[in-house]
Amino acid sequence: MMKYTEDHEWLRVEGDLVVVGITEHAATQLGDVVFVELPEPETMVATGDEVVVIESVKAASDILAPVDGEIVEVNDKLSDSPGLVNEDPTGDAWFFKMKLDDLSVLDDFMSEDEYNDLIG
Amino acid sequence: MAELARTDLFDLHVELGAKMVPFAGYEMPVQYPMGVMKEHLHCRAQAGLFDVGHMGQVILRPKGSMEALIAGFEAMMPVAVAGLPEGRQRYGLFTNDAGGIIDDLMFANRGDHLFVVVNAGCKVGDIAHMRAKLADVAEVEEQTDRALLALQGPGAEDAISGMIHAVMAMRFMDVITAHSVFGELWISRSGYTGEDGFEISVPNAGAVGLAKALLAHPAVAPIGLGARDSLRLEAGLCLYGHDMDEGVTPVEANLSWAIQKARRAGGDRSAGFPGADVILAQLADGPARLRVGLLPEGRAPMREGVELFDRAEGGAPVGRVTSGGFGPSVEAPIAMGYVPSTLAAIDTPLWGEVRGKRLPVTVAPLPFRPSTFKR
Repeated sequence: MMKYTEDHEWLRVEGDLVVVGITEHAATQLGDVVFVELPEPETMVATGDEVVVIESVKAASDILAPVDGEIVEVNDKLSDSPGLVNEDPTGDAWFFKMKLDDLSVLDDFMSEDEYNDLIG
Repeated sequence: MAELARTDLFDLHVELGAKMVPFAGYEMPVQYPMGVMKEHLHCRAQAGLFDVGHMGQVILRPKGSMEALIAGFEAMMPVAVAGLPEGRQRYGLFTNDAGGIIDDLMFANRGDHLFVVVNAGCKVGDIAHMRAKLADVAEVEEQTDRALLALQGPGAEDAISGMIHAVMAMRFMDVITAHSVFGELWISRSGYTGEDGFEISVPNAGAVGLAKALLAHPAVAPIGLGARDSLRLEAGLCLYGHDMDEGVTPVEANLSWAIQKARRAGGDRSAGFPGADVILAQLADGPARLRVGLLPEGRAPMREGVELFDRAEGGAPVGRVTSGGFGPSVEAPIAMGYVPSTLAAIDTPLWGEVRGKRLPVTVAPLPFRPSTFKR
């Protein structure tokens, strides 16, 4: 099951990890992505930290850490193939995986229906 | 803020699914559903149609002789106007007394008048400037009843020649008048993408019809301002207000090629334009700084405002990026900026500071991609 943030990120639980990416809507709004700068794995982050930089043909945008936790894995494929973000934003183009103390914090985020209402 | 103006093609842009944004006082299409990257590549591979109706179209009609008009217009620019044959267009630059660039423009000799196209953001000032400087020699007539389209790319000639056969005989920078069902067209073989192509001035009433007729050709897609920017950047062409402004001379902007021999030291009509002392001295001694091409290493774009350094750590900035982004045809980030002339040689290693990190960038030749004009 996917959860969504107001910053147009999706969160998916995978075992004891949370996988983070951006929504189809966000990818469309960004336009063609040409560069992705990923964080180092094994980085502790706090909610709202700027952890990923995405550059599209139009502008640079940040992806913020949606929750407190540790980034344990990043998707290196995006460094060489930033265009994946447009091709498969909710699948192959995940950005990083986080380890959280308590997965129940995800309950506070939007469901798919709630997110779809947000983007109208 | 004043209300945004619309070009004659506004409804067509909306119908085509364009995303409209404010630009130079107009609501203009920044992209269509195809997206910036694909639009860019489509224009390079086939043909793109651009609405450039926000730009200023001006007729300079002689009050007395054409010679007096030509002399007056030449006194506004370090560029030769005399000697431009009828049916030909040239690139020009209005300069101020310090040698700075007021605007860049295209002007054409159309026999009994000159036709001038200026940047949208500068047109009000440019028209006032021309009225002041040419008061004795010309009527300055803004053409508010005409739209302007650009058709660019290797398929451009094929897309328009079925309608207007005469374009096939045109070379780069030729201008013609052509009659069509859309009204009298003023066509130049030019553009601002580095591609072969045409700019077509059409009466307002015929603009949508002409645009639709061109779009009906299978090779032609509508292209927005987003791709227009990456196309001109790859072609090494300046965007006014970014790569040049009143604080930069044509020599510093690496536009010395636009200053013909006749206007230089020792030429027939040397000097006699605003800022001649500064510009001629820079031509003789070299400018202190120069606009150069910049190729960032890696994939991170270096955009306008990125500061340039001559070392990986410490030191003060030596220059600044004035245009930068991703070049879809180059398949890499590209930029232009100003650096001291001592650091302007091709392959000079520099560093650009992006998000607090100094990333390597190399001075590169312009254009980033060879132009394909039909000479």
